[in-house]
Amino acid sequence: MVMNKLTIEQLEEKYPFVIGYFEENKLDTTGHKNKTFKEYLDSFSQEYIEDWAINREKLIDDLEKYIEQMKQFLSLDEEERIKSLTILPGYDKDGKEEKFQEITIQTSEIISIVGPTGSGKSRLLADIEWTAQGDTPTGRGILINGELPDKKWRFSSNNRLVAQLSQNMNFVMDLQVREFLELHAQSRLVEDVEGVTDRIIQAANKLAGEEFDLDTPITSLSGGQSRALMIADTAILSSSPIVLIDEIENAGIDRKKALDLLISEDKIVLMATHDPILALMADKRIVIKNGGIANIVETSQEEKEILVELESMDSIIQGMRNDLRDGRSLQFQFYRGGNQNA
Amino acid sequence: MNLIIFSGPPSSGKTSIILKTIDALKQRNISVGVVKFDCLYTDDDLLYEKAGVPVKKGLSGALCPDHFFASNIEEVVKWGNRMKLDMLITESAGLCNRCSPYIKDIKGVCVIDNLSGINTPKKIGPMLKSADIVVITKGDIVSQAEREVFVSKVNSVNPKAITIHVNGLTGQGAYELSTLIFDEEQNIDSVEGMELRFSMPAAMCSYCLGETRIGEVFQMGNVRKMELGDGDE
Repeated sequence: MVMNKLTIEQLEEKYPFVIGYFEENKLDTTGHKNKTFKEYLDSFSQEYIEDWAINREKLIDDLEKYIEQMKQFLSLDEEERIKSLTILPGYDKDGKEEKFQEITIQTSEIISIVGPTGSGKSRLLADIEWTAQGDTPTGRGILINGELPDKKWRFSSNNRLVAQLSQNMNFVMDLQVREFLELHAQSRLVEDVEGVTDRIIQAANKLAGEEFDLDTPITSLSGGQSRALMIADTAILSSSPIVLIDEIENAGIDRKKALDLLISEDKIVLMATHDPILALMADKRIVIKNGGIANIVETSQEEKEILVELESMDSIIQGMRNDLRDGRSLQFQFYRGGNQNA
Repeated sequence: MNLIIFSGPPSSGKTSIILKTIDALKQRNISVGVVKFDCLYTDDDLLYEKAGVPVKKGLSGALCPDHFFASNIEEVVKWGNRMKLDMLITESAGLCNRCSPYIKDIKGVCVIDNLSGINTPKKIGPMLKSADIVVITKGDIVSQAEREVFVSKVNSVNPKAITIHVNGLTGQGAYELSTLIFDEEQNIDSVEGMELRFSMPAAMCSYCLGETRIGEVFQMGNVRKMELGDGDE
């Protein structure tokens, strides 16, 4: 084990992320940098060990495991990137076979999921997250890049397959936008923290109706701003290649740009929605009934034309919203027939 | 019989997670019973009863709940075997953050929630650090970024544990958790002679024995003083 030979100073130089390990485990190594980790732990008195519930053997084993995990995380190369996700059919709640052969979703593709509440959307998502191999209640199978997936997708803390964005989510930390993004970037071991934070705030401001800056406390962002920040952060900083969206509220955010941002970052986007604009923006939609995938519908040419209509109606409403916000009065003439130039 | 020890801070979602997991186990015809440990009060036993789960509760009252756990676990295991359960789950709250009821070679599951703040993994001692599985709850109401930061903090204090997100309301993830905890091979008749994974906090001072008066002369036994400096700095 390399750890036994290196001093703490050498360890920190070779694997800067161990500093986070020391910190989270409340190990103050100041003044012990020229010792090995074991020598440092051996310097603790028995009383200190008992008082602070320290388990030396476990700390040593854990550090080794931690270094191994982080090295693996940092060395994720192109070949391991996820390019496609395939769902193989299973059964619905009555044990009937699902009526599709298989569905493969590529990166930068958007799939919407429709179906009544309780129809099995959560179960489908859980199957994907768990990379089901016929070992979940639906009996579905999941392939990654066309192959049986590595177990790491189930168990690794750093490589989660699915990121989620939902209507109910809030920021709960008491931090400014900058501190918040820095914290997230550090947990992802990003090197250029400043560059990434700037990119995220710029992207978020393109999505939000009202601009905000890096010094705003995250808990005082408006609903639209919060959502914009969550989406930009998930697109740019989350390691998860698949993003599941549970509805995006219409207010205060440009939803088309939000989806464009996600797919421009090579995400696979699954979106549970009953909003016609969002549902039709997807290339395909999965229809769920009684716990099973009942149908997979390609967005038709006619639907794409309907989408154009819907978008122009939507932009009229957005325009009115902006006018109201800026203190103007609404006038009929601006909106009638507005779909020619919207 | 399988024995699984669940613990976690109060209100982290232990009971909801266990109930959802039992649903998943029942689908596979695995019979589960629960023993709930608490300090002064719990009505979680009613929730289990309502779900048709055989349940017993133990209130530790004036005793430290985890010491109480350690002195009752053998009888609890005997009860589970008498009930002919396939799996017995014990549920206890880690009330002082220093305790951990886990036993060597018995699966220990720690439930903590995203809302508890990112410094929580640092604050919780052996209950989190020596768990085999860490279940993180309430992920549906915080942002993706906070979820990722939280899980990375958990990972840095317990890199060996399997961390899994379970939603106590929808049950998403509970089926997966059920596959992680059930072990067909494990058959626990007794825990006599087994060992706790970690010693419990030391006590035995005059206040443990019922002293209520404040003052130096009343402090006897295991007493520790804060370092406050001499006030001149």
